[in-house]
Amino acid sequence: MKQYIIKRILSAIPLLLVISFLCFVFINLIPSDPAEVALRIRQVPVITEEAILEVRQELGLDNPYFIRYFNWLLDCLKGDFGISYVNPKRTVAGELLRCLPATLQLAGASFIIVIVLSIPVGVLCAVYKDSLFDKITRSIVFITTAMPSYWIGLLLMWIVSLKLDLLPTNGNGTWKHLILPAFTVSLSYISTYIRLIRNNMLENMKQDYVLYANVRGLPQKMIFLKHILKNSMHTCIVAIGMSIPQLISGTIVVENVFAWPGLGTLCISSIFNRDYPVIQAYVLLIGALFVFFNLIFDILQTVSDPRMRKEA
Amino acid sequence: MLQRFLHNKMAVGTVSLVLFIALLGIFAPLIAPNDPYATDILNKFQSFSIQYPFGTDNLGRCIFSRMLYGIRPTLGLAVLTMICTITLGALMGLLAGYFRGFVEEFIMRVVDVMLSFPSQIMVFAVVALLGISVQNVIIANVFIKWAWYARMIRTGVMQYRDKNFVQFSRCVGTPERFILLRHLVPSIASDLAVLSSLDVGWAIINISTLSFLGLGVQAPTPEWGAMLNEAKNVLTSNPTQMLIPGVAIVILVSAFNLMGDALRDVLDPKEVSK
Amino acid sequence: MSVVLDLKNVSVKLDDKVIVENSSFTVRKGECLGILGESGSGKSMTVKAVLGLLDKNFETSGVAIFNGENLLNKSKESLRNIRGKDITMVLQNPMTCFDPLYRIGNQMAETFKTHTNWSNEEIYKNSLDILNRMKIRDGEEVLKKYPHQISGGMLQRIMIGIAMAMKPKLLIADEPTTAIDAITQYEIMQEFQKIKEEHETAMIFITHDLGAVSLIADDIVVMNNGKIVERGDFNHIIHNSKDSYTRLLVEKRISVMKKYREVVYREEV
Repeated sequence: MKQYIIKRILSAIPLLLVISFLCFVFINLIPSDPAEVALRIRQVPVITEEAILEVRQELGLDNPYFIRYFNWLLDCLKGDFGISYVNPKRTVAGELLRCLPATLQLAGASFIIVIVLSIPVGVLCAVYKDSLFDKITRSIVFITTAMPSYWIGLLLMWIVSLKLDLLPTNGNGTWKHLILPAFTVSLSYISTYIRLIRNNMLENMKQDYVLYANVRGLPQKMIFLKHILKNSMHTCIVAIGMSIPQLISGTIVVENVFAWPGLGTLCISSIFNRDYPVIQAYVLLIGALFVFFNLIFDILQTVSDPRMRKEA
Repeated sequence: MLQRFLHNKMAVGTVSLVLFIALLGIFAPLIAPNDPYATDILNKFQSFSIQYPFGTDNLGRCIFSRMLYGIRPTLGLAVLTMICTITLGALMGLLAGYFRGFVEEFIMRVVDVMLSFPSQIMVFAVVALLGISVQNVIIANVFIKWAWYARMIRTGVMQYRDKNFVQFSRCVGTPERFILLRHLVPSIASDLAVLSSLDVGWAIINISTLSFLGLGVQAPTPEWGAMLNEAKNVLTSNPTQMLIPGVAIVILVSAFNLMGDALRDVLDPKEVSK
Repeated sequence: MSVVLDLKNVSVKLDDKVIVENSSFTVRKGECLGILGESGSGKSMTVKAVLGLLDKNFETSGVAIFNGENLLNKSKESLRNIRGKDITMVLQNPMTCFDPLYRIGNQMAETFKTHTNWSNEEIYKNSLDILNRMKIRDGEEVLKKYPHQISGGMLQRIMIGIAMAMKPKLLIADEPTTAIDAITQYEIMQEFQKIKEEHETAMIFITHDLGAVSLIADDIVVMNNGKIVERGDFNHIIHNSKDSYTRLLVEKRISVMKKYREVVYREEV
């Protein structure tokens, strides 16, 4: 078991290296000379050839590509992602840290909404298959998959904030500000998971072990909770867990609709301002989160499933 | 095949709806009552009328005409994206599935990396790198999607390459390229049709999202996402302005999603949904 | 002998499609009824309908008297109390019949908890006892194992053990030898023969295997397309059958069976 976990953790390292290398290549593909940019950041009035050469040497830009990559990687591991092109007084790490809490708050709230809504609704849809409730839920699920999240955001803003005057339209601060954006982010995931849970439950209900549990006369409730639900949740929790990074990256659009001061708003404004180090660090961060959550839930799944445990 | 298609009401209905919308877009200049770019500040925020069936926006432009013209970039770009995606994905998938060995190993590793990365972030990274333009939005979308097709098509090829008729062709001495085109492509065409019609809906949402954020189609051009971006700014004074483009997106995307499901039923009767 | 289960004109329909049509048969104490037929002939559908194991899309009609009561009129809950206690069943595919997430001991215990008021120690003692009787060594180890860690034959014997633990009035075996290999099949068949000799349990043995049914059944009904097409003892089925489908079945199997019995049971037909 231990061996498997170690092996799995080690296998994540190459992927992290590939992602970081792509991020490094990304910033080097940009058609501006980093040395020149560095000078501009230092607000050197006249940029001369000599000054550029000097900075090149200072920043180690003359070193071979791979050495530069490893230096950069070491800096990143130390938490130094460079300096913002737009605002030289700010470090990229500082910018990310400033915006991270708001995004985590939004993603966390969305995650809770996803869990709280999709699991019971999905389970009910499976139990009362083809009932009115199931049919209505399925049509809602179908419609929401065709709705772009930013439009859902605008609709909610219009109906809930402007028409009914229940919640504020944008900004952050109180829990009231959180509800609309969190619900908007979660909506598309909710429909995905309702469908996943419903189909998974129905699949499990057809299994032989459910038939055999019935044959042995076990109480309905026990069959449902102990056998059907546990087997389904097993698959679904892992799938939901693995989508946490997607939830975090999915906040980009919604943050912009609701002017939520998180990483997504930072990312989009950085794209407009060509603040490449910020974008680079953001992509690197999300990539690392993606690998991390995949790893955690992959291991969790293996640990909790007796069949997988054997193979490991 | 055609018979089964005509018997499936959902397939016929959704395909006609999509064609109808496409025709509306193509003949927009003939149908639209007004010039989609003509501003008329005096008549801004008009409600429904004969002259302006869906009212006017914040600059006094006809929303109905803009919606009709908006079909062109919205649907056109999505279809273009899918054509590029499928071409690239098919090429890679066929290469990997047919020649195997080093080529396959390399392509599939790249595909693995592509699939293990959150696609939304990659779109933004590519757009950020290449700069804000429509062309780059398409490149970004193709870039994040081709790997799915490459993998699907490779799997398809792997299944079919050992089937008797392909081996027979090889025995008879038909050139490999010919086998590839003649036998393998039709074999996987049905999977492709289903997946790609589902993904057109995905592309419409994605492209309009980027336009909404100001990273794709730019402001005066009537694209649904860009229209919603403008509508967002006047949400308080004229909330209805955002309804029309949004509903249009939902209808078009739903049509493609339903079409995908219906095509699956038509093309693969074994897996008729329960 | 007293009648344990008496079926009269039991029919099963699914969306107006008739799956089982007017099935009638009786099972007596200490006797074994074999139901013979190919897959899809409606043989397991009949017993599943009687036990209330089909979902609500199926429509069942007719009479099935067990213990003086019509099972088809009983509520789902009261049928549940009969299942696993008075009427038990052994299913076809032992490898998939146990929930992969729970240990064998747990799944045996949940059965006993449902039908008895044994204490935990009694449950444990009885579980070990059952495994012993089923000639499974290292019972304590087996109870701690997960289903995937045990062979199909052993799981099948555990299933038989669970079925017999409650001393049922009727044991139904639904294709119990189909999914396991030939050597294990032989052991499983011996197990059933032993049950028949030692207990007074009535038995329904569902199979498509003429060889297996010949070893155990006193009476046989042959089903085809949801209908009972022939009935009688084994000799009657083999030699005097008038139904064309049964004749076909017999002719097809008889040569195979001869070989099978020579090899496996070392006896002459």
